[in-house]
Amino acid sequence: MAEKTVGKPIKRTEDPRLIQGLAHYVDDIRLPDTLHAAFLRSIYAHARIKSIDISAAEKLPGVVAVYTGKDTAKIGPVPCAAALPDLKVPDHRPLAGNKVYFVGHPVAVVVAETKSAARDAVDLIEVDYEELPVALDEEKAADAKSPVIHEQFGTNVAYKLTAGEGDIEAALKSADKVIKQRILHKRLAPIAMEPRGVLARYYPGEQELTLWTSTQIPHLCRTQVAIMIGMPENKLRLITPEVGGGFGSKLNVYAEEALMGWISMQLNRPVKWIEGRRENMQATIHGRGQTGYIEIGFKKDGTLTGLRYNVFADMGSYFQLLTPAIPTLTGLMLSGCYKIPAIQINVTGVFTNKMSTDAYRGAGRPEATYVVERALDLVAAELGKDPVEVRRKNFPQPDEFPFKTATGLFYDSGNYQGALDKALKMADYTKLREEQKTARKEGRLMGIGVSTYVEICALGPSSAMPAGGWESATVRVEPTGKVTVLTGASPHGQGEETSFAQIAADELGVGVNDVTVIHGDTAIVQYGIGTFGSRGLAVGGVAVYMAIQKLKDKAAKIAAHVLQCEKASFVDGKFCADGKGGAKAPEPVLPVGQAPAAALPEPHTGGKTLSMQDIAMEAHVAKNLPADMEPGLSATAFYEPKNFTFPFGTHIAVVDIDPDTGEIQFQRYVAVDDCGKQINPMLVEGQVHGGIVQSMGQALYEEVVYDETGQLVTGTLMDYALPKAVMIPHLELGSTETPSPVNPLGAKGVGEAGTIGSTPAIVAAIVDALAPYGVRHLDMPIKPEVVWQIIKNGPKKNSAGAA
Amino acid sequence: MIPASFDYIAAKSLDEAISLLGKHKDDAKILAGGHSLLPAMKLRLMQPKVLIDLGRIKDLSYIKEEGGQIRIGAMTTHFQLETSDILRRSCPLLPETATHLGDMQVRNKGTIGGSIAHADPAADWPAAILALDAEIVASSAKGDRTIKAADFFVEMLTTALQPGEILREIRIPSGKGKAAHAYVKVRHPASGFAVVGVAVNLSLDGGKCQSAGIGITGVSPKAYRATKVESTLKGNALDGKTLTAACAHAADGIDVNSDLYASAEYRKQLATVYTRRAIELAASRVK
Repeated sequence: MAEKTVGKPIKRTEDPRLIQGLAHYVDDIRLPDTLHAAFLRSIYAHARIKSIDISAAEKLPGVVAVYTGKDTAKIGPVPCAAALPDLKVPDHRPLAGNKVYFVGHPVAVVVAETKSAARDAVDLIEVDYEELPVALDEEKAADAKSPVIHEQFGTNVAYKLTAGEGDIEAALKSADKVIKQRILHKRLAPIAMEPRGVLARYYPGEQELTLWTSTQIPHLCRTQVAIMIGMPENKLRLITPEVGGGFGSKLNVYAEEALMGWISMQLNRPVKWIEGRRENMQATIHGRGQTGYIEIGFKKDGTLTGLRYNVFADMGSYFQLLTPAIPTLTGLMLSGCYKIPAIQINVTGVFTNKMSTDAYRGAGRPEATYVVERALDLVAAELGKDPVEVRRKNFPQPDEFPFKTATGLFYDSGNYQGALDKALKMADYTKLREEQKTARKEGRLMGIGVSTYVEICALGPSSAMPAGGWESATVRVEPTGKVTVLTGASPHGQGEETSFAQIAADELGVGVNDVTVIHGDTAIVQYGIGTFGSRGLAVGGVAVYMAIQKLKDKAAKIAAHVLQCEKASFVDGKFCADGKGGAKAPEPVLPVGQAPAAALPEPHTGGKTLSMQDIAMEAHVAKNLPADMEPGLSATAFYEPKNFTFPFGTHIAVVDIDPDTGEIQFQRYVAVDDCGKQINPMLVEGQVHGGIVQSMGQALYEEVVYDETGQLVTGTLMDYALPKAVMIPHLELGSTETPSPVNPLGAKGVGEAGTIGSTPAIVAAIVDALAPYGVRHLDMPIKPEVVWQIIKNGPKKNSAGAA
Repeated sequence: MIPASFDYIAAKSLDEAISLLGKHKDDAKILAGGHSLLPAMKLRLMQPKVLIDLGRIKDLSYIKEEGGQIRIGAMTTHFQLETSDILRRSCPLLPETATHLGDMQVRNKGTIGGSIAHADPAADWPAAILALDAEIVASSAKGDRTIKAADFFVEMLTTALQPGEILREIRIPSGKGKAAHAYVKVRHPASGFAVVGVAVNLSLDGGKCQSAGIGITGVSPKAYRATKVESTLKGNALDGKTLTAACAHAADGIDVNSDLYASAEYRKQLATVYTRRAIELAASRVK
């Protein structure tokens, strides 16, 4: 019996190939006769295309074809799966028609024998643009006086949506006080380490198209690309080789994916496009992008009465797959981990002359958590209470789960006090507050920020998802006893090849290294949904578990038959008769029917127990199976979750501020996360680390900046500041385990927790450090200069934040 | 991210490189590590027709003490400067500066000559070589010419090198940057270049400042000597009052840069604060 691995921090089996550079990404797939594509992208944020001259580009040696919007108009629109009432959906074609709407908007594509020729030819295309006035700020663009981006709509307002439960007016009226705060969630660039890339190969004889693309959703992408280019879905094979990160940016279907498929079909040759980093900054989706107004009502004792959030959500100029749906996730999570009797969100989705926004790690939930946590801190500051006290006051108790929120959700399980207590203890909170008192007396600026968060994971029940929320798995025990797992949850860095193997190994009594997890090939894997929304384990992993149960049922029947008993049980990785262990197993029996042919391996039936390998051999040799049983040992499950899961935790940041420069230094960072049952604590820690780091990026450094003409100022990584290892403090991590009742693994998901729980703690710490200056709120990213200006201007009362 | 096409020539000797430069003139760029040039070419911000690579010329990479000077070949990598025993012993300001520069990959390939000749306004080396009163040796068909560091940086991305000249060597007067030295830097969070970088080389006697060399980078379109700070320190004990008075002049008469990360006002503040911190660190090292 192999040692059990679930719950143990085993190393990722993926890592040796990744670390040694032996893994295969799209660009590592080399096919003979491959052509290379390069895009001409708009240099203007909003302009009419008067004419395009491609003649010089076409003449450049090595150029095979040049396509513009006219040539590709028959390719279907880039899909948006979000369905909202009265949603205005622009006709989003792969190449620009007679207008461009953002810097980076693809205008033409050159296909050439070499990458260099394709790129050179791009410079030879002449476009005559007539510049148009731009609409950039989501709040101003919603105004009737703003230039209109899509003329057919007569407005930039894509949709308006109100959600929430309870009488918000009455709730705010019943409050002793209502605080208002304007709050910004700046645009962020996801910046996966591997940019996007597509390789397409069409075989005209077989009429089969194979598309290698770096995506989080191979099957959904196949279905959508097939629709876009008008080919039978089952003639399109989509393969995602190694995917170097996505953070939601590859939870999408992009124009370039359909275009490469279409071009390959036009030219009957393979064609490849690998996104450059500048293109990645311009034309891969951005995240966040909200300007919001909080109103929080509360009683003198800190009890919350109601929360309203009016928000202008920046859509960009077009919709990508989930663009308009992201703010609805913000609405769902506005209760945070608190009892708030009435909640209302009013979303105004607004078109702007920028790249589309869409899901970026957290996707709407970091915004919600940030809103709620900032609101709680404002309440605490107003009441002169410790932020921890106000939080505790409004927590539901552990026995109140499933907990119904005024946003229409049922939180599955939780112990918010438990995670908070553990984090406070790890940080030695009381002592920190004492140190802060001393620091303030000495004129030092030290701040402590606490965030208690809950998030929504395991997306999700299909009824609440735009395109199916289930996940599939096939588990097969090969004749040699090796186990093959096919999962529809194609990972892009999460380590599912390890964690899913751990589940299968423990359940089937084999070693982790006996399990191979296959994903990301639509010709091999049954249909699946993908990896996003912290669903890999809590939906995809559960599907694996479910398939294994089916497989074990069949294996047990075979075992009982071979062991000639009523019922066989699987104990310690072995089948034995009657579930009483090997001791009382019947005497060895001969196979029923004919003896096996000499060339075939002899099924092992001589012992008192049978391993899964023995059963697999029996199932494949098929000479000694129960009557009417199909040969083979394989099972498939399509798992439909009954609810979301709701992980939670507490993050505590401690900062010191340099009064001369405003520079911010982390003194401590403590996080306690509860993601339910942990399959592999090392993977959990890795996810939390990455999430917190991205969160530190958002809090302190990151912001996609367009200038007043819509030019992308942060167009390279020399301008857009991603956090580096040297900027990150030591992270002190802890966890609690509150299993989810939603699924048999008890797992909740952890992929996005770090980005959700962390930003409010960091901002709160900085605001807390500046409390002597009357500061109650600052917008991210909080740059040293902003802090320095506050210090320079000196203490004043209620400068920012208080209403 | 694909550069325009160009010819690449690996020069076998400095003479050959000079002759190639004479032949191709403005069409050519010298490749000396390439950590600024190649990214610019990939973005097609620069499109030279010919690259003359100095990387294969072995006798351009050295660190030696000779004639009362430390002599550093132009093609010496940042990593070599960082780890040189000679420099750690005789001019530790240079290894200290190197540690602030880029990352390990950059330091392994990038060269001091390439960096100085490129004259990025936020590069680290210019601050150090200004503080050290270095001399730069330029070679051309006419022979060698020596340029003082203070005269070398003309404006943004422009140096005193004339057409046909190649930076061959950097010379540091022996004894400089040895005792009271420091390089401090505020890194831009994206690029890692200096928002402000201050290199300090002091000589102290009985607690009083005998001479001071202070080079500042990142603050203006070109690195500069903070001469008013230097003159205020000179002859005085480095007490709080003197430092406050001196460092207030850190950006005197300077056209201060402003960008997304730091306004001119804030950058000036950083220059003032970090100049003081650099001086204090330098002074602390002789105690």
